[in-house]
This record gives sequence, structure tokens and C-alpha cells, in this order.
Amino acid sequence: MKFARCLAMIAACVASAPAAAERIVSSVSTHQVMISSNFTGLDLVLFGTVERDAATVLRKSGYDLVMTVTGPKVSTVTRRKERTFGIWVNVESRAFIDVPSYLVVMSSRPFDGFVNADTIRRLQLGLNRTLLPQQIGSDLADTVREDPFRGAFLRLKAVRHLYVENTAGVTFLTPTLFRATIPIPAEVPVGNYDINLKLFADGQNIAQATSAFEIVKVGFEQFVFSQAQTNGFFYGLATVMLALLTGWFASVVFRRD
Amino acid sequence: MEIYLPIADLPVNVFLVLGMGLTVGFVSGMFGIGGGFLMTPLLIFVGVAPAVAVATVASHIAASSFSGVLSYWRRKALDISLAMLLLTGGVIGTGLGVWLFTVLRRIGQLDITIGLSYVILLTSVGGLMVYESVGAILRARSGKRAELRRPGTHTWIHGLPFKMRFKTSRLYISVIPVLGIGLIIGFIGAIMGIGGGFLLVPMLIYLLRVPTSVVIGTSMVLTLVTMAMATIMHAATNHLVDAVLALILMVGGVIGAQFGARAGQKMPADRLRLLLGVLVVAVGVRFALDLVLPPTEAFSIRAMENTR
Repeated sequence: MKFARCLAMIAACVASAPAAAERIVSSVSTHQVMISSNFTGLDLVLFGTVERDAATVLRKSGYDLVMTVTGPKVSTVTRRKERTFGIWVNVESRAFIDVPSYLVVMSSRPFDGFVNADTIRRLQLGLNRTLLPQQIGSDLADTVREDPFRGAFLRLKAVRHLYVENTAGVTFLTPTLFRATIPIPAEVPVGNYDINLKLFADGQNIAQATSAFEIVKVGFEQFVFSQAQTNGFFYGLATVMLALLTGWFASVVFRRD
Repeated sequence: MEIYLPIADLPVNVFLVLGMGLTVGFVSGMFGIGGGFLMTPLLIFVGVAPAVAVATVASHIAASSFSGVLSYWRRKALDISLAMLLLTGGVIGTGLGVWLFTVLRRIGQLDITIGLSYVILLTSVGGLMVYESVGAILRARSGKRAELRRPGTHTWIHGLPFKMRFKTSRLYISVIPVLGIGLIIGFIGAIMGIGGGFLLVPMLIYLLRVPTSVVIGTSMVLTLVTMAMATIMHAATNHLVDAVLALILMVGGVIGAQFGARAGQKMPADRLRLLLGVLVVAVGVRFALDLVLPPTEAFSIRAMENTR
């Protein structure tokens, strides 16, 4: 098994070697998403083209592209409720260690249409194939795909639009020019986001490119956030003063005696 | 109109939150309770993380109880010496509560403890209030004098030593039950994240025979001080107080509380207790259903804090 995988990897290296002729050039609509007080989420647009040169061989299959956007990594605990003595209590829990807080996978068509199952697994294409290491005792390991905790984690992330998979999300406008939309939901965590682009042709991954953007709070939002983090005590004191002021103001305004 | 909350990390509709503040403020002004047991679940329902909701609600309660305290102060409807003595007990109780909170979190049984204490406390206290006030209303209807309500009536509590005179409440009682009640309220408040007004008001009325007119203002003083302390503690340790969310809630809350306080003064005391009892039971039953009914989603995810 191990030997076979080794062979496959060598084969992949060899296969992609002459394909260095193709290059992905891409740009995302902004490299800094600013969260201000009217932020309700937005869509980033990524444009790109497959650059070919004189040495490039003709690709029979045309090009396919997989875009993976990964947000800051956090550890997340998934809990399961069970009925105990007639009431529903959190009984079991699993900790997912350093998994992406945001994960978007988009491709030009379903993966099995342009690569074989082996490559899908090896390149971790799609949410189902992404490594989600769990804390199991003192070890870190990903479990089987059918694991209920893993399934629940993916489902709950998808409900909040933080994990998205769309096998029609990348559009080829011409055989070499492509476009993709990166949905940024309102509840997105701040931090650095990595974009990974993988180009496929004739069943092989022939080129890769990476890019990045960051999500930051700006202006008033940033001020409040940083004060809360660095001057917690005075921030709390200020909030209480604000509360007293509001309370006093109301009692003056509504005074009738 | 949507506004992005800097600590809660999500956009909310300003008018929705303002409306929530108004409603809970009205209830809190009317009954002299903080309203935390209503506001916290509402915020969680809107999508605010439970920890942020609990921390932010504390400041909202501080604002609406301060506006309440001021209006009761003008009407001379609060007993400062009684409030101070209750606070002394409350501080000790809060310390004990925070200690138990830490222990329960370490052994992983905090959520279920909070859920069960909500159910037990709210349904039993609310049930007692409904039972008592219905009795009082029926007695009043049939023309009999409500003998139990006379301020002069004595129970074993009034026989305890270390007596002290509380002028505004026209009471001459031992300090032991006052400190004890403060301690219980502080203890429960720290574990359940509530001001405890809905517990304090009936305790003062039924156990100490404090006149109903003074009870609400006095209870609000206790709520104000504990919630102001809680806001600062939450902000300094967990950095989870969302000042923007708090401000919107406060503005709605203080306006609501003014109208609530006026509505409360117009209503007969037994009718008021019945209403509060029904409200408290309803929230208790709501929590009970959550525990008993099969959840639509058995799984939940939460980011782990302070990991590596």
C-alpha cells in the first residue's frame, strides 16, 4: 500500500515535470477585507488565466481548476447530546485541533470528472477529503469519513456558511481565462486567508499557485476591539459609566414630577 | 439597518436589538427585576455567543436598574441601609458562587447545572408566586382582609438576635436573615449569570415582610451594584463585553424601564406578583422543554479558548 502510494507520487512528479510550461496568473479583487460597522459580508472575485508558452503541449481535456480558500486555524470542540435520566445532556465530545475556521472549495466541475479517486484523496480535494485532525487520547488523527462527529462538524460549519463546497464555482470564460467568487459571510473570523489554485489537465495536477488576503477590523470596530483586548479593566469601567450615564439620562428625560 | 458588533463578531439589526431592549426594560421596570433571565436567552437566539451575551447583558441590566434606582430614589421608595446590608452578604455569596462555577467547569458539568438550576428555580419560585398571588386576589374578591400581608406579623425569622432598625421599611429585624438572603442571591447569581431580582423581590416580601412599595427600589440597588461589578470583571478577565451591543440594549432598556416602572405603580400589588409569577414559570418551562424534548440537532460546535 505504502509502496503503491510512493509510486503514485513519483509518477505524479514525473508527470508534472514537463508541464511546468503552464503557469497560473491570478488576482483577487481585494487583498484586504475591511470590517467596519456596516459590514454584512461580501463576495470577493478572483480572476485568473492559464499562461502558455511555445513549449506547451496541446491538452486534449482542456483545463480544470480547483480553488481552496483556507481561513485562520482554530481548535473546535464538537459535542453530542444524549438522553440521560430523561433529559438531554452533552455526553460525548471530540476536539478538532487546528482546523480551518473557514474553508471554501470551488472547482470548474465535479472532481471525478477530471481526476481519478486516488488523486482526489492524495491532494485532499473537497471538504470530504480535507484533513480534520481530532484529538484521540494523546494522538492526533483524522477518522473515517463516516465518523458522526466529523460529519456533524462539516454540517454545522456549512449551515453557518463557513464551509462551502461548490463544484461549479469556477467558471472558464475562455479555455484559459477563469473566474471564481469567494463568499465572505458576515460572521467571518478576522485573520489571514490563503488561496490555493490547482490546475488540472489530462487527469494530472499540472500547475499550482497561491495567493492570500486578510480580513481586518477598521476604524471604530478596530478601536473597540483592541481596547477590549488590551485595556479590559478600563473598557469595563467605561462601559459601566456609559450604562450609568444612559440610565441617568433616561430618568432625567422622562422625569414628570 | 444592520450594524456590525465588534466583539460579538456579527451584524445585527439595530431596531430588533432596540426592541428587545425596550421589551425587557419594560418588564424589568415593572417588576423591579434585572431581566437577565429574559435578555440572555434572547441574545443567544439572535446568534450572539453565550459567553458574550452573559457578559454584555450585565451592563445592560446596570443601565436599566440605575435609571430605575433614580426614579425610586426620588419617590423615596428604597431602603439604602437594607440594600447595603444585602450587598455585604451578596459579595460573599458571589465569591462562593464563582468558586463553584470554576469547579463545575473543570469537571465539565457546568451547562447541565445551569440548565437544571434555571428549571428548578424558575418553576418553583414562579409557581409559589402564582399560588400566593392568586390566593391573595381571591381573598380580596371575597371581601376578607388579607391578614398575612400585615407588616407587623412575626415569624421565627423575626425572633433572631442582632436586631437592627430599617427606618424606610419600618422594620426592626435581625441582620442574620438579611445577610443570608444577600449571600444566596450572590451565590445563585454568579452561577447562573443573573442579577437575581426575581428571587430577591419575593424573598424580601415573604420572608422579611418588607413593604412592597420599598422592595422594588431596594432590589434594584442590589442589582445595579452586582451587575456593574460583573461587567468590569467580565471585561477585565474574558474581554467579552460588547460595548456597541450594550449601548443599543441600554438605550432601549432605560426607556422601556421608565414606562414599565409607571405601569407597575398603577397596578395592584397582587396582580403584579401574579404576572411576574406567570412570566417566571413560562421561562422555566421553556428551559425544561429544552432539556426534555429531543433536540433537532444533537451536535454543537464551539471554538476552544486558550488552547496552545
